[in-house]
Amino acid sequence: MTSLLSIRNVAKIFGKTHVLRDISLEVAAGEFLTILGESGSGKTTLLRVIAGFEPATSGELWMGGGRLDALPPYKRPVNTVFQHYALFPHLTIGNNVAYGLQIAGVSKEETATRVNEALAMVKMGAHAAKKPSQVSGGQQQRVALARALVNRPKLLLLDEPLSALDANLRRQMQIELKALQREVGIAFVFVTHDQEEAMVMSDRIALLKGGRLEQIATPREIYSRPATSYVAQFIGHTNLLRGQVERGVARCGSLTWSVQAPDGRASFSVRPENVRVASGAAAGSVQFEGLVRHQAFHGATEMVRVECADGLIVLLRWTGTGGAKIGDAVRLEFSPRDAIAVDDAEAG
Amino acid sequence: MFSRAYKAAVTIPPLAWITLFLLVPYLLMFGYSFWAVSSGNVVHQWNLGNYHDLLAKDVYRDTLLRSLWIATRVTIFALLLGYPLAYFLSFYAGASKDLLYQLVIIPLWVSYLVRAYAWKTILGTDGVLNTLLQFFHITRHPVDSLLYSPFAVVLTLTHIYTPFVVLPIYAAMEHVPRNLVEASHDLGASPTQTFWRVIFPLSAPGMIAGATFAFVLSLGDFLAPQLLGGPSGIMISNIVVSLFGAAYNWPLGAAISFCILVLVVSLLVLAERLEKKWSYS
Repeated sequence: MTSLLSIRNVAKIFGKTHVLRDISLEVAAGEFLTILGESGSGKTTLLRVIAGFEPATSGELWMGGGRLDALPPYKRPVNTVFQHYALFPHLTIGNNVAYGLQIAGVSKEETATRVNEALAMVKMGAHAAKKPSQVSGGQQQRVALARALVNRPKLLLLDEPLSALDANLRRQMQIELKALQREVGIAFVFVTHDQEEAMVMSDRIALLKGGRLEQIATPREIYSRPATSYVAQFIGHTNLLRGQVERGVARCGSLTWSVQAPDGRASFSVRPENVRVASGAAAGSVQFEGLVRHQAFHGATEMVRVECADGLIVLLRWTGTGGAKIGDAVRLEFSPRDAIAVDDAEAG
Repeated sequence: MFSRAYKAAVTIPPLAWITLFLLVPYLLMFGYSFWAVSSGNVVHQWNLGNYHDLLAKDVYRDTLLRSLWIATRVTIFALLLGYPLAYFLSFYAGASKDLLYQLVIIPLWVSYLVRAYAWKTILGTDGVLNTLLQFFHITRHPVDSLLYSPFAVVLTLTHIYTPFVVLPIYAAMEHVPRNLVEASHDLGASPTQTFWRVIFPLSAPGMIAGATFAFVLSLGDFLAPQLLGGPSGIMISNIVVSLFGAAYNWPLGAAISFCILVLVVSLLVLAERLEKKWSYS
């Protein structure tokens, strides 16, 4: 894949607060990249730096062989879908969508054709003559999308565009948005705090924490091979085992298994679905016992919390029939290859 | 929700006030405008003579036209001064916003008369402006035409009513969501294009409100023309004052007042319609 946007060592400081620290990443042409993070992680600031609403304190943005950060926002070949849509209240929906084309000096006929196409694409063709205040939030969302896409930007920035919608509509829009992105082939940089949303929609996820890039990878990779303990805990559920490695043996409390890792402090992430009820002898697996303390039914599976020796709490996805009963003594196991070594800033 | 007694208690006093001190006097005035004056006394004799005089005598028509022209100029100048000021205050004043806002308000605390007299001392033959002009040898003799002219009236009224124009425009601009400005830039519009396509239309209701204040207040003004206008700067309200006073022709005064009232009320209705049409909150 060819790189469309290159973010190089970008930092942003507001007063004394470091909002972004040394962010470097590439956005590939046509990809759906999600910037994921909690509030205050700097994800919206990063988007605003790309759009040009905030200058970076240091670092560079490159696009198509030129410096993007040297341009004011109105000269950047990117468009934004704002969190609260930011539709012009005094213009009709049709004129909102036509705005960028009119500014660019596109002919009247072409503007009309492209506006109709864009509104049809988001199923808002019937509402062109209405004012934004006359349609629902979900519809305003679609108009905002059409208004940005009609300009055929190289890159579309979306700032938590679904956060104001209710859960059902939100799930529906996630699928529609992803389908639309594939159809138009424009690269999307999508900001969200919702890890499920990120998993559903993205080609790649960039996870930010405290202004730093923790990991950038495909959803599958970020889930199965989290780089840090924070990533492992933020994306889905995990069991974080903290311990030591000595001469090729990992030791976390009473659990031991062999690893290929340097000696010293180490943390491992074991996903709940990789912990099973032990079936037979410990042939290469790590086995341990505990008492079922808590269980929650999730439909297809059941999440069970088991308390083991020396206070270790293990979460597992129970797939067996009949479910677990609180107070049951169980024997569990996991395979050493499912224990992923992660960088752990909080360990110790 | 509220008891009948409570509703009556809160609605009757203002209604009574409006009836007693507004509606009844207006009706009395309207009635007076159809009476006549005969040998120094008001005679209760229905006739349209006053309205006929109003249309037939040049002095009334000319003064009314002059008043409208003065009010128009005041409105234009107050908008030209007030709009950029409000725009600057709302979008670019940054940390000094509150201080500058107070500076706009403070002149409103100073008595109207003081401000009008201040212009008298500035514009007079031996006034501040003439002294300065001569000091810098721009003119050799004092310029007499500064004071006692429509110019002096327009200048003073513009000074006095500009804050009334700034405040509603400022309020309208404060309500323009800043992400609309960003959205406009994002769609390729330069700051100038953004101003004309987004900020200006969204501040239009404030402009209408401000312009209405300036126009209506200056149209009805009689102190500035009396103090600074001289014979060439007389406005319609000065005529009404003299008709109700020295000339003792209440019926004609009432007829003129009624015409101005109709004019002003129609303007207010029109302004409100426009404001409603152009507001989108």
